[in-house]
Amino acid sequence: MSGFFERLLRRETNSAYQAKERMKTVLINDRVNMTSSTLDNLKSEIIGVISRHVEIDSDAVRIEMTHEGRQQRLIANIPLKPPRRRSSG
Amino acid sequence: MLGNVLTITSGKGGVGKTTATANIGAALAAAGNKVVCIDADIGLRNLDVVLGLENRIVYDLVDLIEGRCRMRQALIRDKRLPELFLIPAAQTRDKSAVSPSDMIKLCEELRKEFDWILIDSPAGIERGFRNAIAPADIAMVVTNPEVAAVRDADRIIGLIEAEEKGPARLLINRIKPGMVKRGEMLSPDDVLELLAVELIGMVPEDENVITSTNRGMPVALDGKSKAGEAFRNIAQRLLGSEVPFIPLEEDGGFIDRITKLFRSGGK
Ligand SMILES: Nc1ncnc2c1ncn2[C@@H]1O[C@H](COP(=O)(O)OP(=O)(O)OP(=O)(O)O)[C@@H](O)[C@H]1O
Ligand SMILES: [Mg+2]
Repeated sequence: MSGFFERLLRRETNSAYQAKERMKTVLINDRVNMTSSTLDNLKSEIIGVISRHVEIDSDAVRIEMTHEGRQQRLIANIPLKPPRRRSSG
Repeated sequence: MLGNVLTITSGKGGVGKTTATANIGAALAAAGNKVVCIDADIGLRNLDVVLGLENRIVYDLVDLIEGRCRMRQALIRDKRLPELFLIPAAQTRDKSAVSPSDMIKLCEELRKEFDWILIDSPAGIERGFRNAIAPADIAMVVTNPEVAAVRDADRIIGLIEAEEKGPARLLINRIKPGMVKRGEMLSPDDVLELLAVELIGMVPEDENVITSTNRGMPVALDGKSKAGEAFRNIAQRLLGSEVPFIPLEEDGGFIDRITKLFRSGGK
């Protein structure tokens, strides 16, 4: 039973795993030249613009960098709030 | 039919571009193609010694481009492989002696006579790289399974795409299968996933590369060495054969193989 966890632990501490994880971030930054603070600013501006038109759950907004091959992509996931029911008195 | 121009480049230095140029060139020539290797690393001439042709140089690339000699005078024929030629780099000049359009013009001439024109690019992202990539039909990027080399390879791949010379083909050199197995070295899959390009070959770390370079004899002509086989496979892929990518094995001897056999049999 220890086998699985041992392997998991070994994997996370082995140097090849660390090299790969570090390189993922480095390469994304090299390719798109966008810092995490730029991304944060972008996120709050997007929240601002969209909430002028619809009500969104701003705490749950996620903006992530992904890639498809060598093509970097920004993915925004913006949950909308359900339309408020008029409370009948 | 006009020949193909294959430029062999990297971001980081010392990853094996010159070794790859000499060996892929030799393997293509051994397979019956007429090949010329151009050393575009002006000021840091190396391909001549790796090919064992250093004693035969009279004229160089810059002499040719500046019109001090004719094409056939600058072409050094390899005596072991009569279809393999070298145009050496100038040793006493720098990269500004050659321009990208000089390289394009030169390759236009060479294409008429040769099946393959291989250009050994200097490391880096500056003039030398621009010269080497300008005439390329195929851009090959050499890297090692190591963070700095992978990062610089990514830069170069981006530049190759920006110059519309893509898609780049990746050669992963100096793989140590034992270390990969122990999780101490990025695996070829890791590198491919990070760089997201097409693989053209995987070459293991192999002492035969060093000993054959000592002798000026490309390892690709050595039937037994693993690196030599890997370089021959790359040449075959360039020629259009579908040579499967076989995962590299730890260089275990007979005993190792026997124990593995027992272990897998006992499961
Ligand atoms: N697969 C290999 N196994 C063992 N040694 C290797 C292998 N590939 C290259 N080498 C050695 O690594 C060193 C650097 O190789 P090489 O000169 O081909 O690199 P390079 O990319 O052309 O370098 P530079 O950027 O300086 O031009 C050489 O000593 C070479 O013999
Ligand atoms: Mg070199």
